[in-house]
Amino acid sequence: MKNNLDKSIIIQEALKELPSPARRLFLKRTLTLGGLSLLTGCTVSDEESAERMLMKISRFNDDVQAWLFDPNKLAPTYPESMITKPFPFNAYYERDKIPQVNGDEYLLEVSGLVADKHSWSLGELYQLPQTSQVTRHICVEGWSAIGKWGGVTFSTFLKRIGADLSAKYVGFKCADDYYVSIDMPTALHAQTLLTFTYDGKTLPPEYGFPMKLRMPTKLGYKNPKHIVAMFVTNTYPGGYWEDKGYNWFGGS
Amino acid sequence: MVTAPDKKIIHPAWLRISHWVNLIALVIMVLSGWRIYNASPIFAFSFPKQITLGGWLGGALLWHFAAMWLTFFNGLMYLFLNIVTGRFKRKFFPLRLHDLLNDFFAALRGNLAHDKLSEYNAVQKFAYLFVIADVILLVLSGLVVWKSVQFPLLRELMGGYDNARIVHFFAMVALLGFVAVHVVMVALVPKTLLMMIRGR
Repeated sequence: MKNNLDKSIIIQEALKELPSPARRLFLKRTLTLGGLSLLTGCTVSDEESAERMLMKISRFNDDVQAWLFDPNKLAPTYPESMITKPFPFNAYYERDKIPQVNGDEYLLEVSGLVADKHSWSLGELYQLPQTSQVTRHICVEGWSAIGKWGGVTFSTFLKRIGADLSAKYVGFKCADDYYVSIDMPTALHAQTLLTFTYDGKTLPPEYGFPMKLRMPTKLGYKNPKHIVAMFVTNTYPGGYWEDKGYNWFGGS
Repeated sequence: MVTAPDKKIIHPAWLRISHWVNLIALVIMVLSGWRIYNASPIFAFSFPKQITLGGWLGGALLWHFAAMWLTFFNGLMYLFLNIVTGRFKRKFFPLRLHDLLNDFFAALRGNLAHDKLSEYNAVQKFAYLFVIADVILLVLSGLVVWKSVQFPLLRELMGGYDNARIVHFFAMVALLGFVAVHVVMVALVPKTLLMMIRGR
């Protein structure tokens, strides 16, 4: 049955996989029911074709979510009394690996489809009109927590740097080697803030000093911390978790 | 027992197909859902990893958000064909509380007539309507967990994002409860399994 699959197809598929040795680690594990293979007697290539199918559906789900996304719909806001204390620290590493960025030397690099590519110091960024919000952070794991972030409305910043607002993506690179990208409609959403403070104080390192892009319309892993560079592009930039299999749109 | 083979099709082909597609879809949804639950358990327990699907959170999410389409469109097709063919009204109604209680206690005493397989007794009517409503609740609470900002009315109806997770969880438990009874009943009247395969 499955084992008698056309050998040439299996070889073709294996060859396709060769150029990407570091291909998604989860490949080998996604199809398994615990330790057992879900499709008994199936080969690795069966798993990988199922994997490809799942990733295709995930791309389709990106499109559906972009279509569902209403730029005028606002995430609920809460009174400050409802802020979760302490707000949880969350990253792909433990606390001892939190990057320590020197604010005095810090420069935010801006590139891609923007008119003004000069790098921004923190002093300059703090001069931009500031606002704040108390919103719910929803983690892909399911838990949620309410926090208060303050900073500049991201659309204001994008207009200030003369970004091509018809471009598809805004990408971010972070001091902790994290990287992520978002869709332009979310970047322009009224509640998408480039934040410098948490609960009225300078953003502490654990929450992303010197800045975190805060989007209450997206899951936690879409909200980059310790941003050091951003770019506007039409080329899909992916993301740290997205390249491992999380859904790219990742919006709520 | 019926001796002469009944040639009359009781379950039309579309119903049988949607039943088995639904089984596949819901098995994937439940097993991957358990793995997603494990990433941040609501209660003081986790599901044994060996019986979950997806390997890790990302894999489970891929399965869950793929099988949701199968669940959704198959369910929609089931409801649509049920209603336009008049089967829904014919099979499930009228459903009277009096009959339901009568049949329920008869079932407990073990003497509920189950020989007219083309007709549902009141307990069956209730059980099937219950599970239809439960799957709809699973879809709606799932929509809130997935898209709490885009569906504000649903979100408030579910009591907010966190509560929607709890609703989603207990709707899953209710589904398993139905399945447990359903499977026992099928084991007691094996002919019904044959009927769901060949229609008569």
